[in-house]
Amino acid sequence: MTTIATVAKNRTVLHFASRVAFTGVLAIIGAFFALPMVWLIVSPFDANPTLTVSWPDWTLDNFTRLWENPYAMGSIVNSLILGVGTMLVVLVLGSLASYAMSRIQIPGRDAILYGLLLLSSIVTGTAAMVPTFQLITQLQLINTHIGVILVLAGGVLPTVIFILKDFMDSIPRSYEESARLYGAGPFRILTDIVAPIAKPGLAFIVVWTIVQVWGNFLVPFLLLRSPEMQPAAVLMYTFYTEAGQADLRLISAYSLVFSAPVLIIYFFVNRRFGFRFHGGIKS
Amino acid sequence: MAAIVSHDLVKEYPGGVRGVDSIDLEIADGEFFALLGPSGCGKTTLLRSIAGLEAVTSGTLSIGGRDVTHVEPGERGVAMVFQDYALFPHMDVGDNISYPLKIRRVGKTERRETAQTVAEGLSLHGLIERRPNQLSGGQQQRVALARAVSIQPEVLLLDEPLSNLDARLRLEARTFLKELQRDLGVTTVFVTHDQAEALALADRIAVMKAGKLEQVGSPREIFHRPNTTFVAGFIGSVPMNLLPTTVTKAALPLGGGSLPIPSKASGLVTEGQAVVWGIRPEYLSWSTSKVEHAMAGTVMVTETLGATSLVLVSIGDHKIQIVVPEEQEPQIGDKGWVLPQLSHCLLFDAESTKRIS
Repeated sequence: MTTIATVAKNRTVLHFASRVAFTGVLAIIGAFFALPMVWLIVSPFDANPTLTVSWPDWTLDNFTRLWENPYAMGSIVNSLILGVGTMLVVLVLGSLASYAMSRIQIPGRDAILYGLLLLSSIVTGTAAMVPTFQLITQLQLINTHIGVILVLAGGVLPTVIFILKDFMDSIPRSYEESARLYGAGPFRILTDIVAPIAKPGLAFIVVWTIVQVWGNFLVPFLLLRSPEMQPAAVLMYTFYTEAGQADLRLISAYSLVFSAPVLIIYFFVNRRFGFRFHGGIKS
Repeated sequence: MAAIVSHDLVKEYPGGVRGVDSIDLEIADGEFFALLGPSGCGKTTLLRSIAGLEAVTSGTLSIGGRDVTHVEPGERGVAMVFQDYALFPHMDVGDNISYPLKIRRVGKTERRETAQTVAEGLSLHGLIERRPNQLSGGQQQRVALARAVSIQPEVLLLDEPLSNLDARLRLEARTFLKELQRDLGVTTVFVTHDQAEALALADRIAVMKAGKLEQVGSPREIFHRPNTTFVAGFIGSVPMNLLPTTVTKAALPLGGGSLPIPSKASGLVTEGQAVVWGIRPEYLSWSTSKVEHAMAGTVMVTETLGATSLVLVSIGDHKIQIVVPEEQEPQIGDKGWVLPQLSHCLLFDAESTKRIS
């Protein structure tokens, strides 16, 4: 009896120790990933922010300074214009293209898709920097938002088509055939049937495209010459003190303002369109 | 209302496979017509060709006297219920039923009213605002039917309408479907692989095999006088017994005994011809004493069907199935005689598989 009790007791102790160790490790990993977030939330309110996380000397001065910066708030608007503009182009063209790609059999379709996907990273990457610049200059779209929107849309479209095609593939054809029998044309079928059913996919594309554009530095940096046109990601690059040091007070406050719209868009889209699929096909 | 006539209709897939192989078919106005066959026989392809969802390779198709071979599906005056019902998941029942009217630019209030009337006609009271995923299988099917009949089509096409329902519901839906078709008087074509369903529902049945029509006829004709051994084996809840033999002088040697040549085939067979003798298990009986024109055999397996039993008897080299009343069910290993009703015996040519008559 006693031995069994001892064994059981030992086992409990061992189990407890392993749980403690496991939780400890998890806590350390968690802290590692949480620190930048904490910095993002805390340092904007610190009178003297550094690159470390410390208990702040609470103030709102950083935001006042940001507000007084001639380009800061305008750049957020610019970012929104670029993000929403690109998103609209991508959403319209991407859904049309992916629907066609999903429904029409053309030889080498998959090769085209994979080829585009591979090449797309070049469009918005450093490799095509010079040709992109020249192309946009010749099109006289340099220093315009439209130029940036077109280049960015070209860069994300292949990925969007690839993802949306998958969504479209999963929509049973009988939905469309049924609509077709009642006289609906292809465009009508897309707007009435396919788009509503593919809504979770489209919602994802909306968020993903805006996030991509929001964080893109190279393309707007390259194509927009005047500071009042530049989006937030580029403007942040100009926040230096007179001594040439990174102005952490401005940067920290700006970082918080910079991340807010993306989070809002995510929560809005997720709540409004959500990731759900509601049956209707008996299988 | 409209008759459907197809002439030499062919649907060839890339690679040369023919889903539908020169089909000549006439479906009368108001008829309830079944396309029956095993899976892959082309029955669904034929239905989809009538709907216009498959572009035919050659041949013509007309509905109500109008050539619709190259007419868009939406302009053929046909409605179809898909096997999976294809109810739009993002619309409620009312919107689903009235969607065809929406395409025809009917106003919202009128659409809603029509949906209400049609839904009530199909006993879908109070379900107008539900989403398809909140309905049972039977209700979903009725919504799909309601959507199809909401535009008063000239032709109603049903693709395996009952296959997604459970067995008990299927019987109910079957009766319901037949009633609905009779009320509407609409020309209806339905596809099924279930011979019992086809026999029960259809005015006429077309049995298909490998893209071709094997036989077209009323359920009774198909059941009693199958044109080929294929149809004979496909129709009936228990397939017809088909025993190969060779004609001798005015008789058929079978299982050690000898049977007379069926009267309808007499004079049409020659001595030495290879034939297949067929009879439905329901027209065979079991006898414990020797009678004339009976075949001696041993009971191998018995299966209870309820009021009757299915008995497998070995006769010489052959096995034959018979249906006996439950009180006459023999024991396994019993020896006795299988007695055919001679008027129900059929004879097929072994080579062409066609019925000899």
